[in-house]
Amino acid sequence: MEPIRIAEQLQEKFQTSILGIDEHRGQVTVLVDRDVIVKIISFLKKDQKMNHLSCLCGVDNKKRKAASAYMERFEVVYQLYSIENRTSLRLKAQIPESDQTIDSITSLWTGANWLERETYDLLGIVFNNHPNLKRILTPEDWEGHPLRKEYKLRGDTEWRGLEELKKKAVQLQQFDFHNASTAQGTSSDE
Amino acid sequence: MQILIIILQIAVLLAVVLLHVAYTTYFERKIIGHMQVRMGPMRVGWHGLLQPIADGIKSFFKEDIIPEQADKPLFLAAPVICLVAMLASLAVLPFAEGWALADINIGLLFIFAMSSLASYGIILAGWASNSKYTFLGGLRSMAQVISYEIPMGLSLVGVMMLSGSLNLTEIVTAQGTSIFSIYLFPQIIGFFVFFIAMLAETNRVPFDLPEAETELVSGYITEYSGMRYAMFFMAEYIGMMVMASIGTVCFLGGWNGPFAIPFFPPFWFILKVYGFLFLFIWIRATLPRYRYDQLMALGWKLLIPLALLNIFLTGLFKILVH
Amino acid sequence: MNETTTLDVPVSQGDEDRYRLKLGPQHPATHGVLRVDLELDGETILDCDPQVGYLHRGFEKLAEHRTYAQNLVLTDRLDYIAAMANNVGYCEAVEQLLAIEVPERAKFLRVMVCEMSRLTGHLLWLATHALDIGAMTVFLYCFREREVLLELFAELCGARLTTTYTRLGGVRQDVTHEIMMKLERFVDAFPACIEEYETLIDTNRIWLKRTIGVGQISGEKAVDLCLTGASLRGSGVDYDVRKHMPYAAYDKMDFEIPLGETGDTYARYRCRMEEMGQSNYILRQCIEKMPPGPIVGDDAPDLVMPVKPGRKVEVDTSARNGLIKLIDDRDVYMEGDIYVATEVPKGELGFYFISDGMGRPYRMHIRSPSFIHIGALATMGKGVMVADLIAIIGTLDVVLGESDR
Repeated sequence: MEPIRIAEQLQEKFQTSILGIDEHRGQVTVLVDRDVIVKIISFLKKDQKMNHLSCLCGVDNKKRKAASAYMERFEVVYQLYSIENRTSLRLKAQIPESDQTIDSITSLWTGANWLERETYDLLGIVFNNHPNLKRILTPEDWEGHPLRKEYKLRGDTEWRGLEELKKKAVQLQQFDFHNASTAQGTSSDE
Repeated sequence: MQILIIILQIAVLLAVVLLHVAYTTYFERKIIGHMQVRMGPMRVGWHGLLQPIADGIKSFFKEDIIPEQADKPLFLAAPVICLVAMLASLAVLPFAEGWALADINIGLLFIFAMSSLASYGIILAGWASNSKYTFLGGLRSMAQVISYEIPMGLSLVGVMMLSGSLNLTEIVTAQGTSIFSIYLFPQIIGFFVFFIAMLAETNRVPFDLPEAETELVSGYITEYSGMRYAMFFMAEYIGMMVMASIGTVCFLGGWNGPFAIPFFPPFWFILKVYGFLFLFIWIRATLPRYRYDQLMALGWKLLIPLALLNIFLTGLFKILVH
Repeated sequence: MNETTTLDVPVSQGDEDRYRLKLGPQHPATHGVLRVDLELDGETILDCDPQVGYLHRGFEKLAEHRTYAQNLVLTDRLDYIAAMANNVGYCEAVEQLLAIEVPERAKFLRVMVCEMSRLTGHLLWLATHALDIGAMTVFLYCFREREVLLELFAELCGARLTTTYTRLGGVRQDVTHEIMMKLERFVDAFPACIEEYETLIDTNRIWLKRTIGVGQISGEKAVDLCLTGASLRGSGVDYDVRKHMPYAAYDKMDFEIPLGETGDTYARYRCRMEEMGQSNYILRQCIEKMPPGPIVGDDAPDLVMPVKPGRKVEVDTSARNGLIKLIDDRDVYMEGDIYVATEVPKGELGFYFISDGMGRPYRMHIRSPSFIHIGALATMGKGVMVADLIAIIGTLDVVLGESDR
């Protein structure tokens, strides 16, 4: 079935939850309400055999120029593909700034686990019912979410852990590897 | 005077064996290199001939690092145990008629005892380093040694039955008078079991699990450096030579050959040992590595029953002949 | 000295006998800087938790601050083993977003370099996979052929690994006659090389024991884990972007997609071996069918340098002159978004772009197959032995540069 047909079918079935249908260069995007995202995707997975989750990522719309009426601060983009029917469809769930959460689709794809963790890590969108929502690409004590538009490319301050690291380096000075006599001295003291 | 002569003999044997160790590493690198379409060592000396000596000097002068959390006495002792056990087993090997340092009656048993002792060195090294990889390597080694000592011992029982002795010189002499003048043919099953167990005993590919570099980084020697690392290395190569010698003595007729070589009686012995060493190296270049449980299964489910069958057949043969 | 042996992780009651091992990030078999936190019972893995991020360079953030042409160099550093395929994937995506036409010859050249990089990628995979399982010789045999291809890359674009060969709307350099001759010689000789690798391991009993039944996943499970590439096709799922959504000149090529049945390590190994044969076949077609013509489209917004006089490169320079323009000046950048996937050696490499009319991408997301494959490791690595985990890491064919971006 044509992607645009599928989108229309979605609109019939979910009506008000579908906020809009967009087509760009032959690729169809459906803007959906975040509350029904799991329902819509499981419908697509079962009925339209959209069994391959190509891509899952988040978008920060803060600095988008041509903002459409439906556009909230964040979006989560799901790119679905049907290996059998060779059709693809893109879903965009809108997430307002006031409540940055969305339901997790790990129940539908185990592989979505890491993609959602990445989205959480880089954009700070919280996925409800996610089994293990931790930072993944940045260190666990990282501050801020790098892909948000207010996050500067070049930061003002150093990473917090750097100070600790420097202290550790000073501590390790006693095992001065360049000076063999002191190194032996410390080891024989023990 | 007697003692002086023995000390001299020991010194000569030690020098010859250590030189062999050095050049076995060289030939291993060369042979594997050529099998893998590359040159091997080429820089030090003509075609890299001085490479082993350079390696020896390097490891001798390298810093001997002892991890802070290691169990120091055991950590220091482990490589020594390994090397001493291997060197001790050299004493009973008969290189030619009368060319054995200690021609004792339980030669074969002595070698088994020593090779089991060497595995203590490996296990202790794994334990004392207090590192996770070495510990796993030590555990693997322990399991491997226990499972492969048994088929190895059993595989040689056939030889003992045929020759009626545990003395290595007598085993060789007995072979000279047997039908084929070597035990390889009447003991073909025994030889098969022995050969596989030999690879496992010396931790060589495809049974190099205790030091599997892609799984356990370097296994039990991960934390060692410098001369202590080299000691493990020497122990491994001496172990290879000892095992090759046992194979030669028990199955290939020791120093006996098609014709005698004047002035150099151990010629055939050495040639056969070289053949074994080449096989070791060839296998290393060819085969992948077994998994831990597959190794156990092979040892317990295939080799031990086969060795027992061999003993049974040899016994039957002896009864029928007499 | 060792009166208090403290474990580095707090242990819950009843779990004290579990052995915790952090495999990596410095480990010979983790293909870069992958760290896998293991909980072992003997050698059996009870819990497996892969950790990535050691190589995170923030490409997606960086891309928002650079022009489309500048971002091309970032893609070299994704899967640094097959940089050409990433270049092609990136350019295909941007061209679709900006509706830039690519001349026919450039399309064929892209297919050519794509397949060459697939061969380099698969050769490196085979080399390291075999080495992980202990077969050392295959490693060097594979590098022998890989070297030929890398030298060809160097001749084509001046770099062996970080190629940056493609341009928006075409490719950087045309092939010379000499390169084609060398490639043809390679294509003629390569099938015999595949046979050589196979004689070493294909029917080796130890290899079979180590691969058959190891890391077995059904087709459904593989789709559930979002696997792509040969890792998915080994389980019998027919999904290859080159056939499903043909890009460049793949619709004009005749090739087959090899499928496995059992979904174990051996099936994936066979799949990739067959793929190498198919890539070789595609390369032969490229050599035979290579059409003449320009290598950069007329409306390419590229910063292509004009060819210096006296330099002997057989290129059609007429199309390229006067193309040096600042990207921000152009008005082709429409508002919109696009997701374009390409088949790189590791699997499906997708680029998701949002353009808001500026000369820079508003958002660039890279769907990297390695990242998802490592995510699958947590599921596949449970209950196997340590040696099998190493085999599974090898068979999933991951590159950490691509995973961490």
